[in-house]
Amino acid sequence: MYNMEIKVLGTGCANCKALFTTVQQAVGQLGIDAEVIKVEDLMKIMEYNVMSLPALVVDGKVVSKGKKLSVEQVKALLQ
Amino acid sequence: MIQTFADWLVYDLFGMSPESHWGSAINFFFYDSIKIVILLFVISVLMGIINAYFPIDRLRRYLASRKLYGFEYLFASLFGAITPFCSCSSIPLFIGFVKGGIPLGVTFAFLITSPLVNEVAVAMFAGTFGWEITGIYIVSGIVMGMLGGWILGRMNLDRMLTPWVRQIQAQSEAETTQWESENIPFVDRLPVIIRDAWGIVRGVLLYIIVGIGIGAGIHGFIPDEFFAQWMGSDNWYAVPIAVVLAVPMYANAAGIVPIIQVFVTKGISIGTALCFMMAVVGLSLPEATMLKKVMTWRLIGIFFGVVTVIIILSGYLFNWLI
Repeated sequence: MYNMEIKVLGTGCANCKALFTTVQQAVGQLGIDAEVIKVEDLMKIMEYNVMSLPALVVDGKVVSKGKKLSVEQVKALLQ
Repeated sequence: MIQTFADWLVYDLFGMSPESHWGSAINFFFYDSIKIVILLFVISVLMGIINAYFPIDRLRRYLASRKLYGFEYLFASLFGAITPFCSCSSIPLFIGFVKGGIPLGVTFAFLITSPLVNEVAVAMFAGTFGWEITGIYIVSGIVMGMLGGWILGRMNLDRMLTPWVRQIQAQSEAETTQWESENIPFVDRLPVIIRDAWGIVRGVLLYIIVGIGIGAGIHGFIPDEFFAQWMGSDNWYAVPIAVVLAVPMYANAAGIVPIIQVFVTKGISIGTALCFMMAVVGLSLPEATMLKKVMTWRLIGIFFGVVTVIIILSGYLFNWLI
């Protein structure tokens, strides 16, 4: 079981893929026990009521949307 | 100033003659590239600032919660113009609108204007055609969105949405649930805005260079008035041909404008060129496949059909006015 569940919401565009990689790096650097999931299914994405992608969901809560974050920014959001 | 630099670079430093084909083509290339990159950066920063203070969620709530007597089409279309168009956000936005109970026609107004008027297209137009043509482009893009949205709204197309979107629509409520908004001071936002603007420039830089390169090539080598006889403004079929050719084409605004500009100097009328541009960026097959997630093919067909007709009609208007 993981301590944290991180979801990257995106329909597969370049920015969304970039955010997914960034999040993986941030998780690796922080050494936290988190599961990083990429959500590409539009119906699932819309359950989070976001209108701009990519969005970042940590433990079911939307923490960022419509932004391509840097590793540092993701780290700040995860801590 | 940029011209001086381009002249210095090409004629003095490279030692090329201003009279030679290569000299004028390369000078044109440097001048245009530098000017457009600067413009694009500035416009992207401006749009970033507007966007930071004009969040989607607020507009959506505004559109959903008020009776606006037709002005909702104008707002949706204006909003489409100022949002940066990213293909990955257009569908979530579409669903977000539908979910908020915003009528389909108004949503279409947004969907038409959004790709048509964006920072890249505006910067490219301003850099190659000047502000007057850019103004005409922006205003007509917004009017087209309103008109297209209004027409599509009158056609009762809701039943042609895909089933899961209709389900969302049926459940739509004028939500009171806050779509969480953030309050970040401007000073903290500016670096992000600038970084994003630079990201936009970097993302299309290659297209700009290739587009201007091709444009510069044609500029120096195709004789003037080459296209005048068969694509000039007095040929009634020039507009529909340009638009029909453009729909299946998918090109970045950054790459297509410099080439169009050269066509204009070679005799294609500006109205025809504007239409071609609108059809290239406003209607594309990749967009259609993305829309497939929320619409049936029939609805996509109607949507594209209506927009195509509007673009063709506006082409005649442009050629008649300009």
